[in-house]
Amino acid sequence: MTMQHKTAHELHSLLSAKKLSSLELTEAVLSRIDRTEPKVQAYVTLTKESAIKQAKAADERLKNNDNVTPLTGVPVAVKDNMCTQGVLTTCSSKILANYLPPYDATVVEKLRAAGAVIIGKTNLDEFAMGSSTENSGLHPTCNPWDTKKVPGGSSGGSAAAVAADECILALGSDTGGSIRQPAAFCGVVGLKPTYGRVSRFGLVAFASSLDQIGPLTKDVRDAALLLNYLAGHDPKDSTSVDYPVPDYQQALINDVKKMRIGYIKELLGKGVTRPVRSAVEKAMKKYQELGAELIELSLPSFEYAVATYYLIAPAEASSNLARYDGVKFGRRSNRSPDLLTMYYNTRAEGFGSEVKRRIMLGTYALSAGYYDAYYLKALKVRTLIKNDFDRAFSKCDVLLSPTAPTTAFGLGEKTADPLSMYLSDIATIPVNLAGLPAISVPCGLDKGLPIGLQLIGRAFAEETILRAAYAYEQNTDWHKQKPKL
Amino acid sequence: MLAMSKYETVIGLEIHAQLLTESKIFCGCSTKFGAKPNTNICPVCTGQPGVLPVLNKKVVLLAIKTAITLNCKVEPRSVFARKNYFYPDLPKDYQISQYELPLATGGYLEIEVEGNKKRIGITRIHLEEDAGKLVHQGAERIMGSEASLVDYNRTGVPLMEIVSEPDIRSPQEAKAFMETLQHLLQFIKVCDAKMEEGSLRCDANISLRPKGQAKFGTKTEVKNMNSFRGVQQALETEQKRQAELLDSGGKVIQETRYFDDQTKQTKSMRSKEEAHDYRYFPEPDLVPVEPSQEWIEEIRKTIGELPEHKKNKYEQDYGLPPADIEVLLSSPALAAFFEESLKLYDKPKVLANWLMGDISAYLNEHKKGIEELNFQPAKLVEMLQLIDKGTISGKIAKTVLVEVLDSGKSVQDVIKEKGLTQVSDAGELLKIIKEVIKSNPAQVEQYRSGKKAVIGFLVGQVMKASKGRANPKLANELLAKELGS
Repeated sequence: MTMQHKTAHELHSLLSAKKLSSLELTEAVLSRIDRTEPKVQAYVTLTKESAIKQAKAADERLKNNDNVTPLTGVPVAVKDNMCTQGVLTTCSSKILANYLPPYDATVVEKLRAAGAVIIGKTNLDEFAMGSSTENSGLHPTCNPWDTKKVPGGSSGGSAAAVAADECILALGSDTGGSIRQPAAFCGVVGLKPTYGRVSRFGLVAFASSLDQIGPLTKDVRDAALLLNYLAGHDPKDSTSVDYPVPDYQQALINDVKKMRIGYIKELLGKGVTRPVRSAVEKAMKKYQELGAELIELSLPSFEYAVATYYLIAPAEASSNLARYDGVKFGRRSNRSPDLLTMYYNTRAEGFGSEVKRRIMLGTYALSAGYYDAYYLKALKVRTLIKNDFDRAFSKCDVLLSPTAPTTAFGLGEKTADPLSMYLSDIATIPVNLAGLPAISVPCGLDKGLPIGLQLIGRAFAEETILRAAYAYEQNTDWHKQKPKL
Repeated sequence: MLAMSKYETVIGLEIHAQLLTESKIFCGCSTKFGAKPNTNICPVCTGQPGVLPVLNKKVVLLAIKTAITLNCKVEPRSVFARKNYFYPDLPKDYQISQYELPLATGGYLEIEVEGNKKRIGITRIHLEEDAGKLVHQGAERIMGSEASLVDYNRTGVPLMEIVSEPDIRSPQEAKAFMETLQHLLQFIKVCDAKMEEGSLRCDANISLRPKGQAKFGTKTEVKNMNSFRGVQQALETEQKRQAELLDSGGKVIQETRYFDDQTKQTKSMRSKEEAHDYRYFPEPDLVPVEPSQEWIEEIRKTIGELPEHKKNKYEQDYGLPPADIEVLLSSPALAAFFEESLKLYDKPKVLANWLMGDISAYLNEHKKGIEELNFQPAKLVEMLQLIDKGTISGKIAKTVLVEVLDSGKSVQDVIKEKGLTQVSDAGELLKIIKEVIKSNPAQVEQYRSGKKAVIGFLVGQVMKASKGRANPKLANELLAKELGS
């Protein structure tokens, strides 16, 4: 096995034992990128030079045993909606194609402090709006398992990069499933933490009350390890919660005896393809064999989750994206005689059609006379969904569902039908609305395409879902499957 | 103004007060006025992608202080909201303000017009951020200008909006309201409240209704009143315009009108139909403001006695005339100085005379506040006690005072250095008196022939010869004795 195929925890042992240098590892990853990137196109910006510098600095730290962390010297990919000082941060949008942030996102700062090597910025659906990365204003990304298929989205670049061994770890962001769904489509592990667990400072906002940054990794241990360095209160983010951060690796115990796992009835019915359902049912059986208690649960309000999400998220987005007006940064249309025309042209030229669609949806939902019927109603349904989760968690410790109702679909297959695209997030959206943590782990393959299993926990119970995911992973081989590129 | 007698004027005010904080409301940038353009800025207040606001606690403290002073209820939970509109001086293209749930509600301010006291209701107090400043080239406004430059130094400066009930019945009352409010805000040190400099701004809603009618007439909103006089003039003009319109059978159109300080006219800015739909919604990047009762009580204790209470005390307990009270209460520092002095020297009228006479004159001349001088109540009292003891004369004291204020030295030092002690030594005085008698034979003759009043002139000569240092009472006695012999 080549070194870029390994996990961060395996590589950390080699790096610490001086059996491998970060420079060697980083160069291996970069040459892997050279080979596979033309097929995958996971990245929008590669930072080769600074990665080599960071690798050398990491080697110094390793040599002197100076403040070495499990991330020191490990190549990490960062979704291109997280600010990196002096490095392009485009959100895969033409409107920010030239944007150089004057500051680092808190998570990027934390990665740097831990000695991680930032290898590049990954592709996404423009401003994280989409489920296939086809809405990228720059280029699409292909699924490493089948390059005619989408990698999922919006963190499609990060998921594809991890699956293609074009990085060891990656950061994604999840507003309605944007970490978990691409993780499922690309056969990797993706964790969306509790809302408030990880600082959003420097994450370019899509929907502020739903966005959350999390890890995309090759196994559950790596997800726990990376979360250790992301989680925690940030004075720069008022919505980040001051709640103790445990060592998530301590939660990785191969034991789910007596754990009560509720499976969500509504998410194993119609709309879910047979192979996905059967893979998830096999996973349920596996948990039973391992001594967990399986409970059927109903969350009736889930029916309204997608509709609710498509009011709240676009409403917030319409306001969050107002600042891309050509005045201060990013693209400015230069064929405008006056201010209003400049606004119109800049935004007409700079935004792609899905972003425009959502800005219009959100603007409408917030307009005088419609606010109560749409936005306010959506907030009320959001509360109902939270209540449904609360009821469910009074009966179980973890909720289980497929991550996505299908495996990766074909490039171009759903671009003409936004509604069917929106439905690919049916299992992940309710979790964001309730602000809960959830993880997607590989649980099967259908026609050579990965299937994801979603495990949802109570707020700040990342440890519980990590443990459930870890036990499953230890007793199955799905995470060891690799795409043939 | 004949037309006016038929109508009753109804006015409500919306006041913006800039809060006296070192840093901005949502970031750490300085609020200092007059800095070079775009020097007090950072990623947060220029609305860079990915930034988040963090509420400055001092801003809440100052607003609570105001709320208590204006007899408002501080709400246990208030919520920031986004007010969405596009303009280049607004970097995020939304303003963070408070909308449905303001910081405080339901208070009043007592004003006095021509001896009549009246309570004006306060509807609400809320917090928001200021916008930047545009500078246009080649035109007055953005439309038609060759280019416009924007200075974001002011962006994010904390503002407190105070909204009054429509309880004001005349432009004069409106002016009185603003003056009283200014005085109060300065007194509790939450705002320097200078209308001319824009740290206190005011918009007015004004309507007319036939006397005796309960229903309000159609209102207009008047903007751009930049002084107390401006408030009164603008509202008088608008009141007259509306009265004439109604008299001629016309209708007032609900619109925003701009007061032109040059022509003293109001002109239409935009009608209700053109009014913005601000699409307010709760700001998802901030948590609700929930001040504890303990904190509110703590703040209440720091406010101390308000001008209204002081006024009563000065009037009733100290027997001061209204003119004195007005001067003493014109600055919190002066009032505090007076009260501190009073603890050491129990003659309020004497203290008031010095404070509103020589000391105020000195402060006006040097454009300084008493707190900026090295001059403490003990110094003033020491000087007054020396006058009482006869060590210096009242006239000399005036010279001593200026020297003390200029140099910051002690009263004793100044008197010693300048040799200004009063001459009460009979032997020394007698020498001077004999000289005076010698050089004024005509007056001495008049006195001796029975014209006793002429002694005043002779005492004056003694004072003059002693450079004001002679004890006048003793001089008088000794002179009478000398002349009588």
